[in-house]
Formats: sequence, structure tokens, C-alpha cells
Amino acid sequence: MPQAPKSPPPAKAAEAPADAPPHSLRQVKAAGPACLFAVFAVLPLLISLGADPFYLVIATRIMIFGIAALSLDLILGYGAMVSFGHAAFIGIGAYAVGMAASHGVTDLLAQLVLAMLAAAAFAVLTGAISLRTRGVYFIMITLAFGQMAYFFTVSLAAYGGDDGLTLPQRSTLLGQPWLENDFFFYYLVLILLLSCFLLAHCTLQARFGRVLRGTRDNALRMQAIGFEPLPYQLTAYVLAAMIAALAGALLANQAEFVSPAYMTWQRSGELIMMVVVGGMGTLTGGILGAAVFSLLEEFLSGFSQHWKLGLGIILVLIVLHGKSGMHGMLADLARRFGRS
Amino acid sequence: MLNLLVIQALNGLQFGILLFLVAAGLTLVFGVMDFINLAHGVQYMVGAYIAVTFTQLTGFFVTGVLLALPVAFLFGLLLEFLIFRHLYQRDHLDQVLATFGVILILHEGVKILWGAAPISIAIPEAVAGSVPLLGPLRYPVYRLLIIAAGLAVALGLYLLVRHTRTGMLLRAGASNAPMVQALGVDIRRLFMLVFGLGAMLAGFAGAMVTPILSVEPNMGDGILILTFVVIVIGGIGSIRGAFIAALLVGLVDTVGRSFGPILLKIFLEPAAASQVGRTLTPMLIYILMAAILSFRPAGLFPARQGA
Repeated sequence: MPQAPKSPPPAKAAEAPADAPPHSLRQVKAAGPACLFAVFAVLPLLISLGADPFYLVIATRIMIFGIAALSLDLILGYGAMVSFGHAAFIGIGAYAVGMAASHGVTDLLAQLVLAMLAAAAFAVLTGAISLRTRGVYFIMITLAFGQMAYFFTVSLAAYGGDDGLTLPQRSTLLGQPWLENDFFFYYLVLILLLSCFLLAHCTLQARFGRVLRGTRDNALRMQAIGFEPLPYQLTAYVLAAMIAALAGALLANQAEFVSPAYMTWQRSGELIMMVVVGGMGTLTGGILGAAVFSLLEEFLSGFSQHWKLGLGIILVLIVLHGKSGMHGMLADLARRFGRS
Repeated sequence: MLNLLVIQALNGLQFGILLFLVAAGLTLVFGVMDFINLAHGVQYMVGAYIAVTFTQLTGFFVTGVLLALPVAFLFGLLLEFLIFRHLYQRDHLDQVLATFGVILILHEGVKILWGAAPISIAIPEAVAGSVPLLGPLRYPVYRLLIIAAGLAVALGLYLLVRHTRTGMLLRAGASNAPMVQALGVDIRRLFMLVFGLGAMLAGFAGAMVTPILSVEPNMGDGILILTFVVIVIGGIGSIRGAFIAALLVGLVDTVGRSFGPILLKIFLEPAAASQVGRTLTPMLIYILMAAILSFRPAGLFPARQGA
């Protein structure tokens, strides 16, 4: 007997408050992102007041991975597409910068256009094939395509192959070497993070986002009322890929180094981890997750070279016992705080 | 040229057999429990380490492999008992995350216990030589042994799945697990058995490669992803599909790597051919997978319809 197609399980984190938030809760929800971005905006002031400048580097990395995690959340949290090859798009963005720079194109804007177009092309091709499948198949196919991109970059002997490619300097903006200044670079990343957040937020509030979420909750019903899911899912997939490529281009500039290591499947796993630990389907959750992950990496790796053991244990415990991620815990706190 | 083709075809067969040993367990776990286990690759890696340790302890490779099998089985049961059984009812995302965590734990655990440096052991003397094939052609005995062992396991699995009561339950479970449970079968015991069996097969594959590959913590990662490709091509839950797809992937990958550049040289000049060959050949199996999926989105032999 043929089984009815399984509907994707509704994302647990998102469903509770999304439908009919009481007035105070909506304020709390708007206050969350505002607080987050405010913290990022004033952080360099603390550092210029005498904190270790290395924190500026960490904070920049957190925001870059925040952009990447936000893009994954767009398809994972709002589209129930568990892509296990998302790091490939980061790598494409990074390699676009590295390759362009080695051919003398050092302008950031040109590089970003190149990165996003390349990522979009790869996403259209692989997305069109991957999205024909569901569930476990989708996870494994995106993983395989990510791996394919990884091996492709490993084979690029002209661009360093396995060893990667060191950038001579950071990209220029309008012909000026402004990005060399860490504070300038920090605020540029912050502006881009905020822009991506607002773009994603508006996209999800629009009709497009409603169709996407409807498909996530029940693809069959969406089809029944006349929406073909594939074009919406593919568009979201491509959009997410382009944002991830932006993060990759920034990452290459931050490290001044590009290598296939950016697109290993463990990276993709870490991105999923950031989104889920931070809270799926919240956009800011990914940024929180990126912060938690980077700080854990920073402190656990100082504690022991086997820090990933601790990370693995934490991850298993979170999946087995925690339900709604960091974002859920913060929302709980805010709700309790709001009531008292 | 023909000699090279025969050698590479045998290498491809041997590689495909190894892939099958890992994929068989994984496809059963997917098919019967609808459970995505990323940690299957590290079970292969753990099997290799256990075999190395027992070989060094007992001094014999055979005893090393034979002792590794029950330990790998028990290790699989332990993982199932501690972690995986709590995840069957969860969605795939939770399963991906938790098993990803298990990978991190086992990677580091192995590094702590055995060190990060690659370990290698010698091929046992009895099977260290090579045998003549056609004319001047010789082929290592040990690789033939892997092929034979793999084929024997495949036959054993076929008999188990097709002609025993357990196999009947497995097939029923792969097509409709809740129904099997409703008919009064203890599904938890079946799940545990499947899991242990899968872990043992992966461990067996790991143990068999210890003389020809270096044993290192990340040896399971590459094979895991190839196994995914195999399962996706073969159709989730189908052992027959996994067998055919594993041989296909093994052959295409191995033969493609050695003959791709040669074929390209017919059309391109040598320098360009070698660069294009180096770029294209690792991607060959993924292109194969994409091509097969565009015609059959559920793989060649899907075990259940509509899933």
C-alpha cells in the first residue's frame, strides 16, 4: 500500500509565538534584534576603551558566521530544507574573492557581485536537482553536492589546491584600502549583517515568505490551494546561497586566506548547529548560535586541544534535552520578565 | 591498456565491495527506522582501530578481525542504547545534529586513546603475495580476499533478508514499520538488531582495510559521504540497490580516475587534459548521482513508495 507523502515536521521553535502574539510579546520580539544589533554597535567602543583588540576579531567573525547562519535559517527554519552543503556557498564566496584578487580585481563590490552570481548559478543547478527529493534524500544530496564543490576546489592547482590561497591584502572599496582598518571592516560587516537581516525579514513578511512557511508546514495543502512549492523553495535556496556567498567573501577578507577547509562538510554541520542551537526560524537565532559557537571554540580550545569532545557532548545533550534552542530560553526569560 | 583496465576494474570492484559493506548497514537503518545516522562512518573507523588493537595484542590479523566483529556489534548496541534510541521519533534535523555530535565525540575519543597519527599494519604473510591473472598480469591476493569476503557477506545478507524470519521482518519493517509493530512484533528488538548488524558490517569493512589503508581518525568521513551517494543511487532501504550502486560507484570512481585523463587526451592537449581530468574525475560520481536522480528521484530500487 503506498503511504501518503509525509509532510515535513513543523519547526518546533517557530510555531508557538508566531501565530497570535499578544501585544507585549510582539514588543519583546522586536526588542530582541534591536538589543542584539545595539550590542554589536557599541562593542568596538568597549574595545577602544582598553579591552583586548583580539575581541574585535572574534566579534567580526561572529557577525560573518551570523550572516551565514542567518542565510541557512532562511531555508532551514522557514523552508524545512535541511541543507547539509551550505558551507559550499561560503567557499564559493571566498574563492570568488581569492580568484578575482589573483587576477588583479581587488574591488570589493566587483568581487561581491562575482561571488553572488557564482553562488546563485551553483545553487540553481544543484537546488533544481536536490529539491526534486524530500527528507533524508535532500540531506544526503546537498551533502554530496557540497562535497563535490569541496573536491573541485582541492583540484584547483592554479589557486593553491589543498593548501589554499593567501590574499596579498584585503579588498579595496572604491579604490581605497579602507578594509585594512579593523574598525572600518567591523562596521562594514555589521552594516551588511543588518542589511541581510532586514532583507530576510521583509522577504519573510511578504507573500513569498508566507508561501514558503506554508510549504514548510504542509506542502500538500499548499499545492491544493494552487501554489507550486518548487519555484518558491528554489528561490529561497538561491537567495540563501547568495547571502552565504557574501559571508564567504567577508570571511576571506577577514582571514586574508582562502582554502577548501571553508567548505568541508563539518563546516556545514557547524552551521546547522549554530542555527538550531540559536533557535530555528528566528533569523537572530543564527547570530546567537554563531556567537555561542565561536566563543565556545575560543574558550574550549584554550582549555584543551580535544575541545571538540566537549562540543560533541554539549550538542548531543542539547538535542536530547533542550527543545527550543537559545532563542527559546531567552524568549522564556523575556516572557517571565515581562509578566512580573 | 587492457591490462590496466582489468587491474582498475578489480580495484574498482574491491572498492565497491567495501562501500557495500558500509552502505548495507546504513541503508537498513534508514529503511527500517527512518533514521539518518551520520555516525555510521565513525563506526567504520572504530572498527578499524579495534582490529588494529586486537591484531597487535594477539599477534594475528585473523584473530584481530574476528575479535573486532563482536566488539563492533556491542559498540553499535551501546550507541543505540545510550543515544540513538531516543531519536527515532524525532525529526531528521535532530537526528543529524545528535549523530554529528557523536562524530565529534568519537573523533576526539579516538585521538585521545590512540593518538592522531596514522597507524598502519602489515598485510598478513599468508596473503601478502600476488597471483597471476591473464598472462603477465598479477594481482595482490589480499585485495582478492577482500572481494571474496565482501561477496560472501553479500550472499549471507541476501540469504538472511530473503530466506529467514528475521529477514522477512526487516523487509516488512523497511516498507511499513508501524504496521509490523501493530502485528505484534517487538520493533525495539528488531531496531537494536539492525543497528548492531549495521555497526558490525561497518566495523568489518574497517577491519578489512587496515592492512591496505592507514588507520586515522578521519578515515570514516570520506567513506560516509560516498556511502550516502551509494544509498541515494540505490534507493533507501534496499540492500540489492545498495549492492548494485556500490559496485557502480566503486567502478566509476576507480576506472574514471585512471581512464578519464587518458580519454580526455584524445580531445584536448595534454596539459589541459590533465587539469580537466584532475578537476572532473573526483566529481564523476556526484555527476552520476545527479544524472540518476533526475530520472529516478527515489533511486534505482526504492524500498518504499512515496517516501
